[in-house]
Amino acid sequence: MSGEEEKEDARERDRHKIEAPHWDEAMVKRRRQRNVAIAWVLVALVVLFFVVTIAKLGGNIASRPL
Amino acid sequence: MSDTAFTENASSYADGGMGTAGDFFELLKPRVMSLVVFTALVGLVVAPGGINPVIGFTALLCIAVGAGASGALNMWYDADIDARMTRTRTRPVPSGRVTPQEAAVFGTVMAAGSVFVMGALVNWTAAALLAFTIFFYAVIYTMWLKRSTPQNIVIGGAAGAFPPMIAWAAVTGDVSLQSISLFLIIFMWTPPHFWALALCKSGDYEEVGVPMLPVVAGERETRRQIMLYSLLLVPVTLSPVALGFAGWLYAGATAGLGVVFLALAARLARCAPAPDGDKTAQHRAAMRLFGFSILYLFLIFSLLLVEKMAGIAPVFP
Repeated sequence: MSGEEEKEDARERDRHKIEAPHWDEAMVKRRRQRNVAIAWVLVALVVLFFVVTIAKLGGNIASRPL
Repeated sequence: MSDTAFTENASSYADGGMGTAGDFFELLKPRVMSLVVFTALVGLVVAPGGINPVIGFTALLCIAVGAGASGALNMWYDADIDARMTRTRTRPVPSGRVTPQEAAVFGTVMAAGSVFVMGALVNWTAAALLAFTIFFYAVIYTMWLKRSTPQNIVIGGAAGAFPPMIAWAAVTGDVSLQSISLFLIIFMWTPPHFWALALCKSGDYEEVGVPMLPVVAGERETRRQIMLYSLLLVPVTLSPVALGFAGWLYAGATAGLGVVFLALAARLARCAPAPDGDKTAQHRAAMRLFGFSILYLFLIFSLLLVEKMAGIAPVFP
C-alpha cells in the first residue's frame, strides 16, 4: 500500500470513528464505585444460592437411610 | 424545579454515568421498603408450617428488592411530575443524577431478578404473586390509574397490600383466606392514610395534574370518604380473630386502636375549613390521623407477631 493510500485509509477510519463520551475524573470514580457495588451484589447472589442449596439439601441428606 | 430545569438536567447528563451507587439505592425507595419488609416478615412468621430461616430470609430479600424495583420504575415514569413537586424534586431522576433510561433498566433488571430468585429458591407461587405486585404498581397504578382517576390510590393501594400475602405464600405455597385478610387490612388502611396526607398536600397534586380526591371531589368529600373507609377498616382488622389465627390480646388491643382511629377520622370529618378559608384546624386533624395511621398499622402487625412469638396465638386450624 502506498503512502497516499495509507493516509486515505486513515482518513476513512477517522470518519467512521465513534466519538467517545467525555469521562472526567469524577465520572470514572463513580463508574468504579458502581462496578464495585455490582461485584458485591453478584458475590452476595452466589453466596445466597450456595447457602440455600445447602439448606435445602442438608435436611434431605441428614435424613436419608444409611 | 420546572419542566425546563428537568429537561436541562436530563439532557446535560444524557449519556448517564453520573449516578453513585447511593443514587441507585435511593431509586429503590428504602423508606417504603422498610414497611414492606416488616409486613412481609409478619406474614412469614404468622403463616402455618414454618420455613427454613435461610429460605425465609431469601423470600424477604426478594420482596424487598421487588418493591424497590417497582419504586425505581415509578421514579422513571413519574420523573416529569416529580420534578415539579417540592417533596420529590430532589429524587435522583428529576435532579439529573440518574438518567430516565438508567432508572428504567435498573428497575426492570431488579424486578426480573427478584422474581427469578424467588421462584428458583423459594417457590413459584410466591414468585408469581411478586411479579403481579410489581406489574400492578408499575403499570396499573403508576402508568394508568395515578393520572386518570381520583380512586387511584384505592386500587393502587393493593400493590402495597400484597407483601404479607407473598410472604405467606412463600411458607405455604398457596393463597388462603387468612393471607387475604392480611392483604385486606393494608388495602382498607391505605385510603384514609393517604388521603389524610393528600388533604394537606393537595396544592402539589393540583399543580401537576394528578387527580387526587381532594383536588377532584373536594375536601368535604375526601373527609367523608376517609370516614367511610375507616368504618370498613376497623372490622377488617378483626378478621384474623374470626379466621382463627389471632387471639384475645390482638382482639382487645386492635379494637382499642380502632376506636382511636375512628375518633380521629370523625374529628377530621367534622373539621371544615373556617369561613375565612383558614385550613389550620383541618390540616392539624389530617396530620394527626396520618401520623396515627402509621403507628396503627405498625401496632396491628406487631401484635400478630408478638402473639405468634410468645406462643399465645391460637393453634392454627
